[in-house]
Amino acid sequence: MSKQLSLKMPKARTERAEESKFILEASHLGQLLSALIGKGYRAIGPTVRDGAIVYDELHSLRDLPVGYTDEQAPGCYRLEKGGGRAFFNYTVGPQSWKKFLHPPSLRLWKADREDHRFQVVQEIEQTTKFAFLGVRSCELQAILIQDKVFMGGQFVDPVYQACRDNIFVVAVNCTKPGGTCFCQSMGTGPKATVGFDLALTEVLEAKAHYFVLEVGSKKGAEVLAEIPYRQADKKRIQTANRILARSAKRMGRAMDQTNLKELLYKNYEHPRWKEVASRCLSCANCTMACPTCFCTTVEDLTDLTGQHAERWRKWDSCFAMDFSYIYGGSVRRSVKSRYRQWMTHKLATWVDQFGMSGCVGCGRCITWCPVGIDITEEVRAIRGQTSKPKSPKSYKEKN
Amino acid sequence: MGSRVKPKLAVWKFASCDGCQLSLLDCEDELLAVAGKVEIANFPEASRAVVSGPYDISLVEGSITTPHDAERIHQVRRASKFLITIGACATAGGIQALRNFKNVKDFISIVYATPRYIETLNKSTPIADHVFVDFELRGCPINKYQLVEVISAYLMGRKPNVPTHSVCTECKRRQVVCVMVAHGTPCLGPVTQVGCGALCPSYHRGCYGCFGPKETPNTTSLGKRWLELGVSHEDIVRGFRNFNAYSEAFRRESEAHEPHIRE
Repeated sequence: MSKQLSLKMPKARTERAEESKFILEASHLGQLLSALIGKGYRAIGPTVRDGAIVYDELHSLRDLPVGYTDEQAPGCYRLEKGGGRAFFNYTVGPQSWKKFLHPPSLRLWKADREDHRFQVVQEIEQTTKFAFLGVRSCELQAILIQDKVFMGGQFVDPVYQACRDNIFVVAVNCTKPGGTCFCQSMGTGPKATVGFDLALTEVLEAKAHYFVLEVGSKKGAEVLAEIPYRQADKKRIQTANRILARSAKRMGRAMDQTNLKELLYKNYEHPRWKEVASRCLSCANCTMACPTCFCTTVEDLTDLTGQHAERWRKWDSCFAMDFSYIYGGSVRRSVKSRYRQWMTHKLATWVDQFGMSGCVGCGRCITWCPVGIDITEEVRAIRGQTSKPKSPKSYKEKN
Repeated sequence: MGSRVKPKLAVWKFASCDGCQLSLLDCEDELLAVAGKVEIANFPEASRAVVSGPYDISLVEGSITTPHDAERIHQVRRASKFLITIGACATAGGIQALRNFKNVKDFISIVYATPRYIETLNKSTPIADHVFVDFELRGCPINKYQLVEVISAYLMGRKPNVPTHSVCTECKRRQVVCVMVAHGTPCLGPVTQVGCGALCPSYHRGCYGCFGPKETPNTTSLGKRWLELGVSHEDIVRGFRNFNAYSEAFRRESEAHEPHIRE
């Protein structure tokens, strides 16, 4: 956990019991889910859809991707059902929790014409209490970053805040980092250290299947009180720690953060920008998959009668030409300038803007780039450490 | 616009399948509202009653493929205040622009019993190659909601919300799993303009590029990636030679792969 990412804990961790570690038998995980649903939460977690692990409503443990693993490489994601009993033996998929906290499309208000005036009807904020089950450490850090973006300044996003204030977070520590993961080098994982209500480390042995559980908040302790658990013994805590230590060493990638901000500020005219632009599709997948990218556009609509108008907010991307459109045209017309804008913002200007890096090392921008552009590779290239981009793993190779 | 006389709308057909103009009839729920706001003055698919021009809005469907049509489009332009081309034929030459890559005379002699009766141009070209076009609405066929949006925007005197970014943007907003990354399915989405609501990827199919090239399309990089996915040069040519084969970006990409096809 890097210092620059440390934010205020949402809930005080004062009670001693909350500091301790417990054992939750895997056979009791369903009771945790039931307890959350019983408390009025809409439980959301990983589930398999269309060949990937996505986040959707969980009705029972059967909805979890039990026995699934994923393989990730630049521009390539494959889900495999290897069997086994593990609930969380995979890394993050194409979606992130921002789809709930910061919806992709949202009507902000509608208006109806009355004689010669407009009556603006504000949207009724229907706040759903979400319980997020299976939040990875990198994703928790991403949520903390978006907290700063949406709630940290003078202007608070009411939609984000209403949702954020009501979430219950069950973090899952990463025991199987993926091929495009680099949270270890970003100081954002693989173990969740902050921002959760409960955190689980899954341990699957020949004769035992359990979670080492940590409590991160009073809310978490209250839920724990409703399910069977016991005090964790030293041996089991050590086993979980060993798994997480091994996990930290199995990151598919790394990003050297030494003087990264200064490096990018000094290299606006580096030839690599032109080179990456020759590969970049400016399709916006990286920004849409990124759990911290927050940009939106606003569309005003009127109907044919002219009696009704609506304002919609939609996810937007700095990779779109329209994004930088001002009077007279777009500012960033070349793909080169758009890629440079995105990466420099993510890794450098973000630090000046929000006091932290905008990257959590989840690897989504690498995996979900259709042509497999690798941000860690691009940083190395700007540093002058590599020159030739690696070709993404081909489908043929994979199959 | 308020109490003003209703603007007159005309629909014109050139070389096309009629699918796009039928999108207007397909508006169903919105059709009465359209009819309430504009006078449908010339729309042979809907009514034989023709009101003479000039027209406030002309929707032009189809491409220019004959010497007669190359003349007629100028008459349409002269009779129209605001000319909107609708569909891949009118904006890129359509599927019939496949002739542009061959010699059209070869087809005529094969297809028609009496080739000398056929009077056609060598190329199928978009309307904008012939006259000034005020707005282009893409798609094969167009999206009826986009059509209603363009007409609404015209009536209100505002800019239509018709984005030019990639299909991927819509895929991700809809949280559709990327078919290219997750399944290895070749997809034109990253170089194609949105408009369909990411229809094909949401049914696990690659994008066919119905809405033509997006702004700044990098077809070279996508073509290279398709090769890595195991797609042959021949199939890449086919992929880009579809309804928008003669749009500049797609044409250049298909032509770049053509010499590599093994006989």
